[in-house]
Amino acid sequence: MTRYFTQDHEWIEVEGDTATVGITDYAQSQLGDIVFVEVPGEGAAVTKGDEAAVVESVKAASDVYSPVSGTVIEGNPALEDDPALVNSAPEGDGWFFKLTIADAGELDGLMDGSAYKDFVAGL
Amino acid sequence: MSESEEPIEIEALPLDAWHRARGARMVPFAGYEMPIQYAGPQGGIMAEHFWTREHAGLFDVSHMGQLIVEGEGAAEALEAFLPGDISGLKPGRIRYSLLLAEDGGILDDLMVTNVTPPGGETPRFYIVVNGATKWDDIAFLREHLPDEITLTHLDDRGLLALQGPEAAAVLEAIAPGAADGLYFMQGTSVEWRGEQLGIGRGGYTGEDGFELSFPAERLAELAEALCADDRVRPVGLGARDSLRLEAGLPLYGHDLDENIDPVEGSAAFAISKRRREQGGFHGADRILRALTDGAPRKLVGFTVEGRMPVREGASIYSDEALIGRITSGGFAPSVGAPIAMGYVDTQYSAPGTPLEAEVRGKRVPLTVETMPFMPHRYHRQPRNQATGASK
Repeated sequence: MTRYFTQDHEWIEVEGDTATVGITDYAQSQLGDIVFVEVPGEGAAVTKGDEAAVVESVKAASDVYSPVSGTVIEGNPALEDDPALVNSAPEGDGWFFKLTIADAGELDGLMDGSAYKDFVAGL
Repeated sequence: MSESEEPIEIEALPLDAWHRARGARMVPFAGYEMPIQYAGPQGGIMAEHFWTREHAGLFDVSHMGQLIVEGEGAAEALEAFLPGDISGLKPGRIRYSLLLAEDGGILDDLMVTNVTPPGGETPRFYIVVNGATKWDDIAFLREHLPDEITLTHLDDRGLLALQGPEAAAVLEAIAPGAADGLYFMQGTSVEWRGEQLGIGRGGYTGEDGFELSFPAERLAELAEALCADDRVRPVGLGARDSLRLEAGLPLYGHDLDENIDPVEGSAAFAISKRRREQGGFHGADRILRALTDGAPRKLVGFTVEGRMPVREGASIYSDEALIGRITSGGFAPSVGAPIAMGYVDTQYSAPGTPLEAEVRGKRVPLTVETMPFMPHRYHRQPRNQATGASK
């Protein structure tokens, strides 16, 4: 399993040709208290860099972009009852959706954990 | 920012360093860098919101404009464009009012306190206006007030709001006697550490509380003294907005603006009885006619089905008919659900009316709801005492 990160603060954990997507701890700390998450449903087609989910804090709605293109297998059902999971476990139980990856080559431009850490430190 | 707009210079509040030292996340608002929320386990909009409802939150509202209007005939002069009974406002009393354009549109909402000193002969009014509109307000007042009435911008003073059920006890602890005997919409001033501390019992959260005017250069000392009390924590703009929305209080520039008259804006309560009878204020023809005939649209509150917030700008529908627009909306921590405020055609404004808002292409059920969403807990003067005092 390998975890990659985007400059928009999504993470994607890849396992074979499937992957899990969420937002980073840094992202949730910037958003503040999460009160609602809209995740894509099974079968939805997502495109790299396009909006795939919406996360709403008390104050505002923010788009979450898909790090790669593919087809959604599952949106995280736990977020419906407990959107605050994104605050408490952003890089674990608070994942947004799982997908099958259409083109593994799209992972090439993403950052690894240490590159993302440096990226955030420079913000 | 679009290219046609002038670049806006962002200023620092007098407490800028104080906020940053407490881990505040600062955002530009009304021309100032302002704290939206504070860091740490006690911070965040939700925690700060609940702290204010349960204890006492300290808000920095120094971006707001503090003005003095004084001179013989000041009340009558103000009544030319404020629809409230200003000449009937007794010393030490505060009134919510509206600054009206000549066509009756709302240029700002504001608080007026009669601060004529005891035994004083020259009427003197202290007015607090919104931060985003203060420069326009000042220009308007300079243009519309007669020459013999003096307008002073108290730009050397800061303003803090201490809000919540424990606010009165906290204020009493640092300034004994300051809160005692002061009721909602009453103001006073005391000396605190050698400086004049202006106190108004009110605020914009729905809770009991105070707005405290103090010299800007020593404002940190006051903030520090208040926060030294365990019952007080600093609270940012984020929670200020969720609190005022739950309290059903409009936010100028969102729920009210220059295209809205007081009847549409559900602010007709700000037009005093005498003024309704006598008129003589900006837009009186339009406004008094709307009071009689009803306005074509109205500002109302909504409960929202589900957990997805409905925010400013969302269109409101009754079946396929577009009948309004959301002007404020978000998740209401104390209600535990999303709520909103907006304008609808008057025929859809009755409480209980089922409507829909469109959010990201989806329809969300709404119900027109009586505001406030959270009961006000103001420290009101008992009615019999109020009657006694007015005799």
